[in-house]
Amino acid sequence: MESITVETPERVIGGSGLQRFLTGIYIIWLRDFKRFWRDKIRRITAFIQPLVYLFLLGTGLQAAFTVFGAEAETKYVLFMYPGILGMTILFTSVFSAMSILWDREFGFLKEVLVSPVPRSSVAVGKIFGGATTACLQGAILMVIAFFPWFLGFSLTTLWKVLMLIPIMILISFGMTSVGVAIGARLKSFEAFPLLMNLLLLPLFFLSGAMFPLQGLPGWMTVLTRINPLSYSVDMLRGIALKGVQVVSTGVSISPALRDYITKAPPALRAEVAKLAPQVPKFQVQEYPMWLSLVVVIGFSLVMLVVAIRQFSRTE
Amino acid sequence: MNNGSNDENIIEVKGLAKNFNSLVAVDSVSFDVKAGEIFGFLGPNGAGKTTTINMLCTLLKPTSGGATVHGFDILTQKNEVRESIGLVFQDPSLDDKLTARENLEFHMVVYRVPRDVREKRAREVLDMVGLTRRADDYVETYSGGMKRRLEIARGLLHYPKVLFLDEPTIGLDPQTRNYIWDYIEELKKREGITIFLTTHYMEEAEHCDRIAIIDLGKIIALDTPEELKSEVGGDIVKLVTADDEKAEEEFKKKYPDIEMIPDPECLCFEVEKGEEFIPGFIRHFGVEILAINLHRPTLDDVFLKLTGKEIREEGADGLTNLRSFIKMSAQKARR
Repeated sequence: MESITVETPERVIGGSGLQRFLTGIYIIWLRDFKRFWRDKIRRITAFIQPLVYLFLLGTGLQAAFTVFGAEAETKYVLFMYPGILGMTILFTSVFSAMSILWDREFGFLKEVLVSPVPRSSVAVGKIFGGATTACLQGAILMVIAFFPWFLGFSLTTLWKVLMLIPIMILISFGMTSVGVAIGARLKSFEAFPLLMNLLLLPLFFLSGAMFPLQGLPGWMTVLTRINPLSYSVDMLRGIALKGVQVVSTGVSISPALRDYITKAPPALRAEVAKLAPQVPKFQVQEYPMWLSLVVVIGFSLVMLVVAIRQFSRTE
Repeated sequence: MNNGSNDENIIEVKGLAKNFNSLVAVDSVSFDVKAGEIFGFLGPNGAGKTTTINMLCTLLKPTSGGATVHGFDILTQKNEVRESIGLVFQDPSLDDKLTARENLEFHMVVYRVPRDVREKRAREVLDMVGLTRRADDYVETYSGGMKRRLEIARGLLHYPKVLFLDEPTIGLDPQTRNYIWDYIEELKKREGITIFLTTHYMEEAEHCDRIAIIDLGKIIALDTPEELKSEVGGDIVKLVTADDEKAEEEFKKKYPDIEMIPDPECLCFEVEKGEEFIPGFIRHFGVEILAINLHRPTLDDVFLKLTGKEIREEGADGLTNLRSFIKMSAQKARR
C-alpha cells in the first residue's frame, strides 16, 4: 500500500527555552482573557460588585460614625475607596485561580500539561491572566475617582493614577500567585472557596481596607504589621488620598477663634489644647512608601516562586 | 497491512510498571510498536490501558521501568516526547468557550507550529474530520461525536509521529463510531503516522494491525488479530436440541475425539471447518435438532480463552461509576 508522508516543517520542533517560555505565557494568558471577556455576566459583576461595597456599605458606615458621636465630618466613603480598590484586586486575583480547577474538571488542563510548554510558563501565564482581570476591575473602579463629587482626580492629579496602576499590578501578581499556588494542588471544588475565604477574610480585615489601623488593641496591631496586604492598602491609600481632606480635625472652630488661639501666648495655647478632646490624629499613610514597596515586591516574588513550584508538581 | 518497508520500532517499552499504593495498575509490561502501524491495546476497563498511555505520554511517572517514544526517553526527554506525539484523551479536553478554530490555534501555538502554515494546517485537519462548516462555532454547541472528531483533528496539528487515541469511540453511537474508524484509517494512509489506541470493544480491535491484550495490568497476548484468532482454534458449533442429555450422550458416542465445551444452555463444541462439518452432522444425528449456530472465533473468544472471562460490557452507568471509582482511587493514591 502506498502511503503519503506529509513533510514535517523543520521549525515545528525546536525553539529556545526562553521562546517556549514566553509563547506559553502568551497563549495561556490570551485564552484566559478571552474567556473572561466573552462572559458578559462576569464583566458586569466585575464592575458592579465593588460599587455595591463602596456605596452601600461605605455610606452606611459613614452614617454609623455620625450616630456614634463623631462631631467632625468623616468622609468614610473616601477613606474606604482605596480599601475597596485593594479588596477588588485581592479577591479577583485569588479567585481567578479557580480556573485551574475548572480546567482540571473539564479536561482542558490535560491538553496544557501534556504540551511541550514548560509548566512554569503555564503557571506564569495563569498569573498574568488573573492579574489582568483584577487590574481591569481596578481600572474600572478608578474611573469614579475622577468624578468631582468624589475624589475629583484631574489632570493635575494624574500622577496618582500613574502611580496607582503599577502598584495595583504588583499586588495582583502577588495575590494571583497565592491563588495559583493553592489551586495547582487542591482538587476539590468545594474546598477551594472555603479555604480561600478562611485565608482571605482575616487578611482583608487586617489590611486596613475597612477601618484605619490606628488605636487597635496591641495584638491586632501586631497582626496588621505582619499582613503584607496592609502595606498594599496603605500605599494605595497614601497615593489616592494625598491632599484630600478625609477627616476634619477633632473640633470644629470658627476661623476667628482659631486666629485668636494661634496668636495667644504659649501657656494659654497649652490650656486650650488640654480642653480639646484627645482624638488620635488620623493618618492617611502609616508606613513609609519605601517599606511598603519592599514588602509588597518581596511578597509577590516569593509567592510567584511558590506558585511556579506548586504548579510544576501538579499531575 | 504494515507499511512493509519500514520495520523499525517507534515505541519501545521495557518493564513499565505503575502502582497506586497497593494497587498494581500496570504490572511490568514490555512491548514494541512498529512505525506506521495501528497498534491496539485491548482489555476491560481498569486493565491498565489508560495508565500505560499516560506514562508513555509523560503525564504519569512510572513506578519502575521505562520506554522510548520516537527514540526519546519518556523519563528524561519529556519535551521531545511531547512534541513527537498527538493525544486524544478518553474524556474531552477541549475548551468549550472557544470556537473549534481557536482550540486549534491554541494547540498550534503551544506546539510551535510555524505561523505561516497554521491557517493551512487548521483547514486541512478540519476538512479531514468534516468540521469545516462549524469551525467558527463554540465547542459547547458540538455533539459528542463532533467533539471527538475535533480532538482527533487537534491531535494531528503538529505533525506528530505517533497519535495516541484513548478509547476514541467510547460513548459514541455506532454510526459515529464507524466514521471515526474511517478517519483513523484514512489518517494512517494520508499522514503515514503510527497510531496507538486503546479500546475495550472487541470488534474495533479488528481494525488494528496488531493488538496487545491486556488484563489486570499484564499483557497476555500480542499479535495480529488473525493470528490471535487462529490460536483459539476452530469454529464453534452450538446446538439446541429437544433433549440435551440424550443428545450429549449420543454426541460423545459418535464423536469421541471432539471435546465438548461446557455450556448450560446448549451443546457446544469446537470443530476445524464448521460449514463443512454441519451438513453431515445433521444427517446422521439421532436427536431432534431445534436450532444450530455456527460461530467463527472472534477476539472475544481469544480473550475468553486467555482469561477465562468475557470482557465486561457494563452499561453506561456502570462504566461511569467504575471510571470515577478508578479516578478516585488514583487521586487517593497520589495524596
